[in-house]
Amino acid sequence: MITVENLTKRYGPHPAVDDVSFQCQPGTVTGFLGPNGAGKSTTMRMICGLTAPTAGRATVSGHPYRELPNPGREVGVLLDASAQHAGRTGREALTLSAYTMGLDRREVAAKLDLVGLNAVAAKRRVRAYSLGMRQRLGLAHALLGDPRVLILDEPANGLDPEGIFWMRGLLRDFADRGGTVLLSSHLLREVEAVADRLVVIGGGRIVAQGDKNELLAGGGTVVRARDSAALRRALEVANLSAADSSEGLLVQADAEAVGQAAADAGVALAELRPASGGGLEQLFLTLTAGESTKEAVR
Amino acid sequence: MTTTTAPAAGAVAPRQHTAVRRPSLLRLTAVEVRKLVDTRAGRWLMITIGLVTAAIVTLQLIYAGDADQTFLNFFVPSLLPVSVLLPVLGILSITSEWSQRTALTTYALVPRRERVVAAKLIAVSLTALASVLASLAVAAVGTLVASATGGAGTWQFDWSLVLNAGILQVTSVLMGAAFGLLLLNPPLAIVGYLLLPTLWGVLGEMVKPLRGPSEWLDTSKTMEPLFSSDAVTGEQWGRVAVSLLVWMVLPLAAGLFRTLRREVS
Repeated sequence: MITVENLTKRYGPHPAVDDVSFQCQPGTVTGFLGPNGAGKSTTMRMICGLTAPTAGRATVSGHPYRELPNPGREVGVLLDASAQHAGRTGREALTLSAYTMGLDRREVAAKLDLVGLNAVAAKRRVRAYSLGMRQRLGLAHALLGDPRVLILDEPANGLDPEGIFWMRGLLRDFADRGGTVLLSSHLLREVEAVADRLVVIGGGRIVAQGDKNELLAGGGTVVRARDSAALRRALEVANLSAADSSEGLLVQADAEAVGQAAADAGVALAELRPASGGGLEQLFLTLTAGESTKEAVR
Repeated sequence: MTTTTAPAAGAVAPRQHTAVRRPSLLRLTAVEVRKLVDTRAGRWLMITIGLVTAAIVTLQLIYAGDADQTFLNFFVPSLLPVSVLLPVLGILSITSEWSQRTALTTYALVPRRERVVAAKLIAVSLTALASVLASLAVAAVGTLVASATGGAGTWQFDWSLVLNAGILQVTSVLMGAAFGLLLLNPPLAIVGYLLLPTLWGVLGEMVKPLRGPSEWLDTSKTMEPLFSSDAVTGEQWGRVAVSLLVWMVLPLAAGLFRTLRREVS
């Protein structure tokens, strides 16, 4: 269980994270979504006691992270797969942590095996690892202490499709057995496939959160016409707000209202359907459009 | 949870732990000692320290006059080059966590950062003490060889020198660690550590009004009496204490403050 209450972090006048609150329940996977620079990593570092918040608080299993006696046994953390000593072998990196936590040495071999790093890979220095191998090592590290909570920042980065599929299964299994997972990503498909709940952040603020299916249901309607200028005018007349998307116009209304507006204006439609196919992507683009443009300009 | 028959391969299940205790300082120290030698850089630094000691004694066996080939004369000169290398060990122990970004892992596992810092200081101090033992061992071998090859090979030795050698090496490594804690960046800390006291020494020689204070603040001067043949006086101990306060205790305190508050990313 992770509880985040009104977390805020300011760097000078610029708020990196602004009044963020959410909860992750045992037995669920929570997807923490947002464009790069939205404040995902800063929020996760604050949960893990690595960054002091300007305001607000976060607890893991009911305690502030810094007060957990042996955090590795309670929370598995993977914040940056590249943050390993390049000169240590994969096995040595895990052995140091296993010893710190007071674990049996056998756990190291078991977890290396679990994430698919074989004996040859384990003996190589991290310097020689691909990003995908580092992610696997990082995941082995997070799972090392058999924690009840996992906090993973962009764990799918650098994994091949097979690896992503494997990780999805691993996290789903972990949650189904009563674990709590908080997983950040800007890869929308990745989160859509595994998460039960979503927390969407943009520009440091939470812009949407809730049950994945509920959020997706509110995805609006996709509509397309050969004469898209006329369609746009028709929607304007009907007071429906429309946004451009890769598949056509995305309208925050149901299909009936959109069809009626088009019929009233005499516009022939080429396509009219609920925005469910790339549902989360639409939601994500709509919710974070402003912030991500800002981010791109900065 | 329901009981399952033979869980699928690769299954991970959150477990309930009974009485999870925080890692003891002893355990953390052992981890830090291991970190000193589990990389090529660390291992070579240790080997270099050993080789330098051996080289000094070998040179003396070849070039020193027979009468000077005593245990005392093998032991004391071997301390100085080691006391230059040890601070680098102290600096790297602290700063590599930041330069290699392992601080992210280290402080996630032990969020009470002062405990990690304490473990690191103990680990490097133990290494410094081990280096004194190495110096003693190499000096002993040198003395045996000297007595076999016609040198004096005398064992006459004031054992308080071992204590003084321990003080020299432990404070050297801690001064390095203090600079590492304060600057948190390996090149900056190494250059700062090597440059500042030297600069101060040079200034003390050149600028007359500084000569008085430099008697109290230049560690290379204040530590000198520890290895003279005369007993160390109270005032000399006072100078040692004052110079260490400035070059070791203050940077340690400021560095600890900075490390505890720094954002880990």
